[in-house]
Amino acid sequence: MASLVDKTAVGGAAPGLRGVPFTLALIAVAVVIFAFGRWLDSSYAFFIGYVVVQYIVLGTAWNILGGYTGYVNFGITAFFAIGAYSTVALHKLIPTLPLPVMIVVSGVLAGLVGLGTGYLTLRLRGVFFSIATLALAVVVQTLITNWDFVGGARGAYVLRPKVAPLIGGEYVQYLFLLMLGMCVIVLATARGIERSSLGYGFAAIRDDEGAAEASGVPTLKLKLIATTLSGGFMGMAGAPLPFYVTYLDPASGFSLNYAVNAIAMPLIGGTGSWLGPVVGAVLVGGLQEYLRVSISSAVNVLVAGVLMVAFVIAAPQGIVGLFQRKR
Amino acid sequence: MAVSLDLLMNAVISGLLLGGFYAAVSVGVAISFGLLDVVNIAHPAFILLGSYVAFIGNTVFGIDPILAAAIMLPAFYLLGMVLYQVYYVAFERRDDQSLRGLSFFFGVLFITEVTLVLIFGVDYRTVQAPYIGPSLNLGLFDLPLRLLVPFLVSMVMVVGLQIFLSRTFVGRAVQAVAQDQQALRLMAANPTKIKRIAFGLSIATASLAGACLIIIQPVEPSIGREYIGRIFAICVLGGLGSFPGMVIAAMTLGIAESLTATFFGPSWAPAVSFGILLVTLAVRPSGILGR
Repeated sequence: MASLVDKTAVGGAAPGLRGVPFTLALIAVAVVIFAFGRWLDSSYAFFIGYVVVQYIVLGTAWNILGGYTGYVNFGITAFFAIGAYSTVALHKLIPTLPLPVMIVVSGVLAGLVGLGTGYLTLRLRGVFFSIATLALAVVVQTLITNWDFVGGARGAYVLRPKVAPLIGGEYVQYLFLLMLGMCVIVLATARGIERSSLGYGFAAIRDDEGAAEASGVPTLKLKLIATTLSGGFMGMAGAPLPFYVTYLDPASGFSLNYAVNAIAMPLIGGTGSWLGPVVGAVLVGGLQEYLRVSISSAVNVLVAGVLMVAFVIAAPQGIVGLFQRKR
Repeated sequence: MAVSLDLLMNAVISGLLLGGFYAAVSVGVAISFGLLDVVNIAHPAFILLGSYVAFIGNTVFGIDPILAAAIMLPAFYLLGMVLYQVYYVAFERRDDQSLRGLSFFFGVLFITEVTLVLIFGVDYRTVQAPYIGPSLNLGLFDLPLRLLVPFLVSMVMVVGLQIFLSRTFVGRAVQAVAQDQQALRLMAANPTKIKRIAFGLSIATASLAGACLIIIQPVEPSIGREYIGRIFAICVLGGLGSFPGMVIAAMTLGIAESLTATFFGPSWAPAVSFGILLVTLAVRPSGILGR
């Protein structure tokens, strides 16, 4: 991550410092949120907070590829579940392995899958990449359903430790803290990309790939960087999932809800900047939780889909875009 | 594993029949994606919608599922026209098709699926018809009628569409849209109107394909997703927009899946289409009979 943030300094006024104040501010916000959660001392708040922050990570990860370069990845569940099932497998092999290590391994694995898929399909029209990722989700699900070591179709149980390591308290607090940490890393990376030559390259690809290629932008290389980063972050977001749900089966790990939410949230919030997925995840995630509690759990899954369709038709720039135009 | 000729023969035959059915599933996308360049990834959701329409026709009104689908063809055609109009106004006219257009169809896919779950639940549904169950025994191999009927319906539909596209004025106009919209406009034909008709047809095929699907296997709302990989694998392998190529590709995939299911177990079958899709994209993206 640091290398990406450092890259932003190349053309910057304050070499080495651009991006650092932002990251520090993010860490401060995360600390405040976590302290607030500890003060509330309600495990419900941590469970909800975990889901919303998870969607910020997923949405931002999707946005690095989808929003910045314009390539739509529908296979979110594939990457997400690769992360989740790496944890299941690693936990079974080495039960003492700390969760942060598993998160890193998950991220690397999912990133490699992203790189491979991108390498095979990105040389063609972008739509083939999207189709391949759709199919990828089905295939990874098939593989995991047939892999008995991680439970196969029956699913796998993961025992959640009672007490959180290092910080004490309930384990879900530890999960939330890790997710917050990932969120800081992902957001700092996303903003770093936006303001670096990498981000300008991505934007050039999104606006006119042919022209970008002709002006010497290494389009394939940049697209592969984006798919790898995006896939890796999705895998990282999935890594703590088995400890959160304690029972993971292919049907729930590959639920279409994850994919729809991860796409809908950036589109609703606005795909142009790092702020969009955050706004989208907080709004939609919060709304869904409200509807789940007040109406029914069946309606809340519809919300993301309906809002997404409404926003892509009526407000293509998302919420952030609406405010930028007014200003 | 000892491969008996009998087993192999039956696997190939049922793969061929299954492939014929896959052609029915894919023909709609062959029109929308292959000819109109509209990447309708929501197509499987409409096929599922067709299955449930056939299910209602069969269980509530007691009519044959295929007949129910045929009655509903105009409704699906209208639905397709409306959907295309929305797509055209919101995306195509703004020339903003890639990211948001795809997300639009993904949203439509999701909304349709969740709505079906809300109405029918996640239980598997089946239909009743005299041809579900018995099979024709032709000595060496069996022809299960529940595969043969969808196969025949599918072939009739694909051949009919092929004749429509090559013989009628509107059909030729659809092919002209695929080649050069600007030229079509110069011939005083409205490309948007032609595309609306073609997209209506593509969704109409989902009605019959859905009835075939529920005859072949019990359905629940989320199985449509398995077909996304298959459909696009078939369309890409067949060469976008080429019907004969699509039928060959569908049969190839059907046989490959049937062999995989016979010798490795049915839970591996969904992976076959992805393998074929990736290899095709990497090796020969224009398909076997590509333009």
